[in-house]
Amino acid sequence: MDWYSVELIDVVKIFGHRDTDRDPIVAVDGISLRLIQGELLTLLGPSGCGKTTTLRMVGGFETPTAGRILLDGKVINDVPPHRRDTAMVFQSYALFPHLTVFENVAYGLRMRKMDIGSITAKARHALSLVGLEGMEERQPGSLSGGQQQRVALARALVVEPKVLLLDEPLSNLDARLRAQMRIEIRKIQQALNMTSMYVTHDQEEAMSLSDRIAVMNHGRIEQIGTPQDVYARPANRFVADFMGKKTTFLDGTVMTLDGNLMHVKVMDAVLPFERVSDVTTGDEVELVVRSEAVDIVPPGKGTFPGRIIHAAYFGSQVSYEVDLLGTSITAEIPNPQERDMFMRGSEVGIELKTRSIHVLPKVIDGQVAE
Amino acid sequence: MVRFLARFEAELKRPLRRRQGSTVMQEPLVMLVIVAIAISLLLFVIYPLYSVLKTSLMQSDGSIGLGVYRGLLAKSYNRRPLANSVRLGAIVAVVGTVIGFIFAYCTTRVSLPFSGFFKVVAMFPMISPPFIMSLATIMLFGNNGLITKQLLRGMVNFRIYGLRGLALVETLAYFPTAYLVLSGVLQAIDPSIEDAARDLGASWWQVFRTVTLPLAIPGIASALLLIFIESLADFGNPIVLSGDYQVLAVQAYLRITGLYDLSGGAALAVILLVPSLIAFFVQKYWVSRKSYVTVTGKPSGQRVGRNEPWVRTAAFVICLILTGVILLFYGTAFVGSFMTLWGVNYDFTLANYHHVFQVAGEYIKDTLFLSTVATPITGILAMIIAFIVVRKEFFGRQALELTSMLSFAVPGTVVGIGYILAFNQPPILLTGTAAIIIILFVFRNMPTGIQSGIAALQQIDPSIEEASCDLGADSGTTFRKITLPLIAPAFFSGLVFSFVRCVTAISAIVFVVSGRWKLITVAVLGSVENSDLAQAAAFCVVIIAMVLSAIGIINLLVYQPWKRGPHRAPKESVISGGTEPWIGTA
Repeated sequence: MDWYSVELIDVVKIFGHRDTDRDPIVAVDGISLRLIQGELLTLLGPSGCGKTTTLRMVGGFETPTAGRILLDGKVINDVPPHRRDTAMVFQSYALFPHLTVFENVAYGLRMRKMDIGSITAKARHALSLVGLEGMEERQPGSLSGGQQQRVALARALVVEPKVLLLDEPLSNLDARLRAQMRIEIRKIQQALNMTSMYVTHDQEEAMSLSDRIAVMNHGRIEQIGTPQDVYARPANRFVADFMGKKTTFLDGTVMTLDGNLMHVKVMDAVLPFERVSDVTTGDEVELVVRSEAVDIVPPGKGTFPGRIIHAAYFGSQVSYEVDLLGTSITAEIPNPQERDMFMRGSEVGIELKTRSIHVLPKVIDGQVAE
Repeated sequence: MVRFLARFEAELKRPLRRRQGSTVMQEPLVMLVIVAIAISLLLFVIYPLYSVLKTSLMQSDGSIGLGVYRGLLAKSYNRRPLANSVRLGAIVAVVGTVIGFIFAYCTTRVSLPFSGFFKVVAMFPMISPPFIMSLATIMLFGNNGLITKQLLRGMVNFRIYGLRGLALVETLAYFPTAYLVLSGVLQAIDPSIEDAARDLGASWWQVFRTVTLPLAIPGIASALLLIFIESLADFGNPIVLSGDYQVLAVQAYLRITGLYDLSGGAALAVILLVPSLIAFFVQKYWVSRKSYVTVTGKPSGQRVGRNEPWVRTAAFVICLILTGVILLFYGTAFVGSFMTLWGVNYDFTLANYHHVFQVAGEYIKDTLFLSTVATPITGILAMIIAFIVVRKEFFGRQALELTSMLSFAVPGTVVGIGYILAFNQPPILLTGTAAIIIILFVFRNMPTGIQSGIAALQQIDPSIEEASCDLGADSGTTFRKITLPLIAPAFFSGLVFSFVRCVTAISAIVFVVSGRWKLITVAVLGSVENSDLAQAAAFCVVIIAMVLSAIGIINLLVYQPWKRGPHRAPKESVISGGTEPWIGTA
């Protein structure tokens, strides 16, 4: 029988229910996940959404209140962390400050009672994998943040876990190093074909290194899918809002359905969009308008008239905040050197790139509007 | 103490997930240890206090009631010790805190030459036997004192015995408490805050008044209360120097050993306990929460700001005077120990030391034996309790922590009376044994070890232990290979502290010593009572020598200079590894 590398079934974690003096906090509210061998799945969400708790339950540092966690098809709920075939890269790195770099990496191998020859060979190989040859005898305190991060990664990789757990591993690095490290982590992970769970609140990080992303909120999974799925076809308003730099929601009404297309009336224009299921003619909908789906054109052109409220120049792009008939909408125009640029207060035309816009059924107070 | 306060804050802010998920129910060994510790705390901390309370309620006709207290408090003559103790405590607290603050400011905020030397001298009173300041004071200012009689030729009619003398010696003995608390607080104030004020146009004085001082206020309040507790509990100095100025700790002792009035002594002990406990709880639950600064234990900004020349000069002169006074007192005691008869015959002699080693050799042997047995027990027990309190979740955790800290606040006199009342009859008959002394040492000296252990553990990111588990080590291996090496400095500083306290203890121990087991501090007390100051001074010098060699030996063991290697040496010496724990009641 074929099984999943990691499987979570209806996992719940409630904190504080044993103590009478604290209100119980539902950290994880019934989530189910499956990872196939070699897959990197990211748990993405705002702080307090339960993503780290989920990861810690897989690592064995928290016991699920309900539900089952399976590793290679075996339930591991009651297996203590030191007997689980998982290895975690901690947010704080958690390097042993009194041990050298080599001894940090060798620690897990020593616990597995390997002979000294294999320990040395494996530890050296792991260190070379993360580019730290020659640093074996250094103390962790004498390393830079990026180097410490690499030691933490090597220490987890060297024990060849069935699943690698990464808890916001890059959050303590500066932006440039972060971008570099996430590429390296992804390369190593793919080279070793290592099943991995990755926790972050940085969507750019999540999208650039994941096979799939689980977007979490309030202890639940809002959507799970490839980066393209969660970005371009968000399942609901939370995911639509959380992904992307700046998202504007425009109200519309479905006028006609036509094959793969549907026509939606937005303000005083009717525009064609890719048809989505569960909407019919006359339904209220919301357009998920990301900033790159808005184009600013000279006045008189485009679908709508608008006026520039604020303009910010970034070199590779220019970002406009535009007043669209009373609604503020953000537009990002790439490579503005090739285009007209507009000043604050300019009258402009606004064009919506309908292929980049996803349509959601309108939800009012949890009910789909009719 | 400062770390203790910071810990308290950290406790409140700690996110839920930071505690290890394991409940003790899954770990029978841990459960067993907790139960054993709880029982011993009940037996050796709570039960003696209960015995004191019970005895104080035992009226002369055998019934239970407040008769003893009524009798004690009815006559104004009897109320005086309480008023005296509180007044002395207040004076010492204020003056000691002021001096401690100035000294802390000078050594942390002003760059001075010899600041290391000043810091070391300021620590002297913490590692000395309790009498030494009083001895030196009498040698200098007593009826036959060097200054009063030899220098001033009796021109001034000056009596050192009483409030004046006590305030002087206790201030010198306890200002280091304020110094330690406040230098911790001042170090934790980011110098860039003061720089910002300077930058905005404030003068040195304005910065001090509007930034530094307000930020240090909670620390100042802590220092005041801690010195107040220490002064209330002081037994060694008042018994030598109080004269007619009766204080509670001494009166309770005299009532029991002189008048054999157990109920009266117990009642005085309870009266002494009340203000101490009030001060302790105010400090612990109120003042510590007002703190602006979070002391992380890793002082980040060791940078000392630039100051006007006059500030540096003033600071240097103040430090010089203060260390000069301390050195004068110690020097007097040291020189005095070689004199034939202080005040009368200043001939050099080694007779006092001859007496110490020949006649009183027993005292040294017993003291070393008992201290050497008690010290490792104290250290290990303290680390275990600290570990359990910080890393394990179980019912009654806070009660256990509070109880283990309680003897920090309880004056030694009260503990001593409690021990003789509780353990002088079956089922637990310990009076006269070495065990009662060792147990007293262990439970008196443990709280500070627990505090430094807790502080050390809290600086260790729990992820580090989790990482170890994650990589395949069980809890035992993790404790041995990861936790223990990381808290080793706290452990060793706890050992030093515990040994010092064993060798210099008097207030509680004076009740439980016996003919069989002799302690050197009791010998000092005997010499003082015989007015043999030079002899007492010789004993004190020997005690200080024992303390210094113990510190040296433990430092050697920790550093292991014969084993040169990158893995060996911890970053801090055993003393600096835990400076705050040195604060406690005598």
